[in-house]
Amino acid sequence: MKGLWIGIVLTVVFLALALVSFVWTPFNIEAFDIPNKLKSPNVTNWLGTDQYGRDILSMIMMGARTSIAVALLAVGIGMAIGVPLGLWAAARRGSLLDELIMRGNDLIFAFPSLVIAILITAVFGAGAINAIIAIGIFNIPVFARLTRGAALSLWERDFILAARVSGKSAFRISWEHIFPNILNLMIVQGTIQFSLGILAEAALSYIGLGAQPPTASWGRMLADAQTLVSFAPHTALMPGGAIVLMVMGLNLMGDGLRDVLDPRIRVDRT
Amino acid sequence: MKYTKALITSSFIAICATGALANDSVTIAVQLEPPNLDPTGGAAQAIDTVMYHNVFEGLTRFESDGAVVPSLAQSWDISEDGLTYTFHLAAGVMFHDGTAMDSADVVFSLDRARAEDSTNAQKALFESIASVEAVDPLTVKVTLSQPNGSFLFNMAWGDAVIVAEESIADIATNPIGTGAYKFSDWAQGDKIELTRNDDYWGEAPAIETATFRFISDPTAAFAAVMAEDVDAFAGFPAPENLPQFDADPRFTVLRGNTEGETILAMNNKMPPFDDVLVREAVSHAIDRQAIIDGALYGIGTPIGTHFAPHNPDYVDLTANSNYDPEKARALLAEAGFEDGFTTTLKLPPPSYARRGGEIIAAQLRDVGIEAEISNLEWAQWLEEVFNGKDFGLSIVSHTEPMDISIYANPDYYFQYDNPDFQAIMTELEATADPAARSALLAQAQTMISEDYVNGYLFELAYPTVVKAELQGMWENQPTASVDVTALSWAE
Repeated sequence: MKGLWIGIVLTVVFLALALVSFVWTPFNIEAFDIPNKLKSPNVTNWLGTDQYGRDILSMIMMGARTSIAVALLAVGIGMAIGVPLGLWAAARRGSLLDELIMRGNDLIFAFPSLVIAILITAVFGAGAINAIIAIGIFNIPVFARLTRGAALSLWERDFILAARVSGKSAFRISWEHIFPNILNLMIVQGTIQFSLGILAEAALSYIGLGAQPPTASWGRMLADAQTLVSFAPHTALMPGGAIVLMVMGLNLMGDGLRDVLDPRIRVDRT
Repeated sequence: MKYTKALITSSFIAICATGALANDSVTIAVQLEPPNLDPTGGAAQAIDTVMYHNVFEGLTRFESDGAVVPSLAQSWDISEDGLTYTFHLAAGVMFHDGTAMDSADVVFSLDRARAEDSTNAQKALFESIASVEAVDPLTVKVTLSQPNGSFLFNMAWGDAVIVAEESIADIATNPIGTGAYKFSDWAQGDKIELTRNDDYWGEAPAIETATFRFISDPTAAFAAVMAEDVDAFAGFPAPENLPQFDADPRFTVLRGNTEGETILAMNNKMPPFDDVLVREAVSHAIDRQAIIDGALYGIGTPIGTHFAPHNPDYVDLTANSNYDPEKARALLAEAGFEDGFTTTLKLPPPSYARRGGEIIAAQLRDVGIEAEISNLEWAQWLEEVFNGKDFGLSIVSHTEPMDISIYANPDYYFQYDNPDFQAIMTELEATADPAARSALLAQAQTMISEDYVNGYLFELAYPTVVKAELQGMWENQPTASVDVTALSWAE
């Protein structure tokens, strides 16, 4: 339980930082202040300044916004497409359609996700939107598989049988009975995928394929800090720490939520 | 058995005679790999960096201080009217394939460079040549259509090196020159190796083998030098790390200058940059010192026109485009862009462009111009910006020496078309008198500065990190070159 609370606190802090950045940041990160570059953390700039004299705390707040937006939308794409696909496959279990959907998902799953994300952004151009699409595509099979697996076992249950006997279509059963029962699972998986999305966004912008300047991004802050790390370590430690804390928070929260929400684990305990 | 022993002994003696084994080879890292190895057929400076004076030689050549000295032409006579140059070639010069270098090769090289279908990147260098004749095997007579005060200077460029007809077909991959080093191997993406030409006609250089390695990533560059994987890094890409090398007794840091005028190129034919008021506004919106400090950690000299500040004919025109955001906003309003406008800022890979681009975009945003950055690889940049002219703004360093004449070419990528300027350049070509040339150059510099053709940023510095024992590295870059013939290891 402790982990869950630490996770929730960390996640809420970063969400709050991202939300606050819409109305206020300590400094304007679009105004470069070259004479003040590479200042160590101090009273004015709590986390120091970067190579262009921008306030790193403000950068991290703006970067949190980018990271969260990209990861959230990517998970959203994965869920919006993956869950219905999984439900559909489960409803038509054993049919050719089921095979087609699941083998198609296996095909996407077979590629290392980051490599394909690099390919997508290299072909269609670097930018936040393409990063979202690239990361989103790789969330589809995750959700499709999970949904199908969970839905298959539900289809054998008596209350579903009752619904079938009463004449409900497979579509209505999936939507009204199966989906609500696997929602817990989706929330848990969504949290985990969200943290992977944050990492993927950081990785893509680290190699210059994510959000483009002047949009702040943790990954690019790290990339920019590479040659500075030996004499201005805070430029790398701050965005690196932000990524670690955010991802750790989401993972702790995901694990904790699973303990609380996942019916299978709950059953095991009793 | 006896024979083997003798061989071992003799090779041991040979090793002792040349000092330690490692001391006759050198590994030099540079940022950019040449796209091909033909300095007479490609625009890339990276070709000259490896080939100039090492593999290929011209009639004259640049020394490290920019002076033009005799090379394959040991001496020359210039006629009274300045129209006829008679070059006396060095005797006994052989190409690396064993054929002799004589006047026929000079005729071939110059005729090839100035031919209608020539792919030479600097054809303007040869424009004033009317004819080239071989008088005898060691004498070449070049007749100009009009006097050209910079002809000997032109002949020192990497684009004017002497090549042989026999080996011209493969020059891009197997260059055969007359230089002190032969091309031996090119592992694409990694390195080029040169070995000493033992039949060299001139003074034999100290270094036996030279390896050029290509490291474009600043972090990898820092690591390679620190780990002593390379003996020198010419054109070190991360100026922020130079103080660390300064503090390290293993290395010497040279902060040289280049002929690289770094400009914010504006597409003079594309609205809104076809309006001189807009270009003036952009020029006033730029804070050069902030760019030099922010992108280059202070190494670089501000320029106000397209001319090298270390050149005696340089005119300081930075005041024409001083940093004045208020004035920039007023000029934009006058041009009808009260609310600013959106344009593209296409950046090639070097860090001066990428970092400078971020800073410039922030400075332009401050006056209302939204410059959308797109980072391009060199091939994309050449295609979209240089050849395609599909850009609003771009940042690039023009590293050719004395290249103000590019402004006389209306088809050049920034598309400046001003007949008055073209007239000055034509007159300059025909003028040999130094004072008159200075006056014309001053006039030309002032004209492009007052027309705000481009945003003039800074003269690119050339940081080189060298192992303390390696001597002779060029500090400055009068032309792109890492001259291996000048290198030697201190005992």
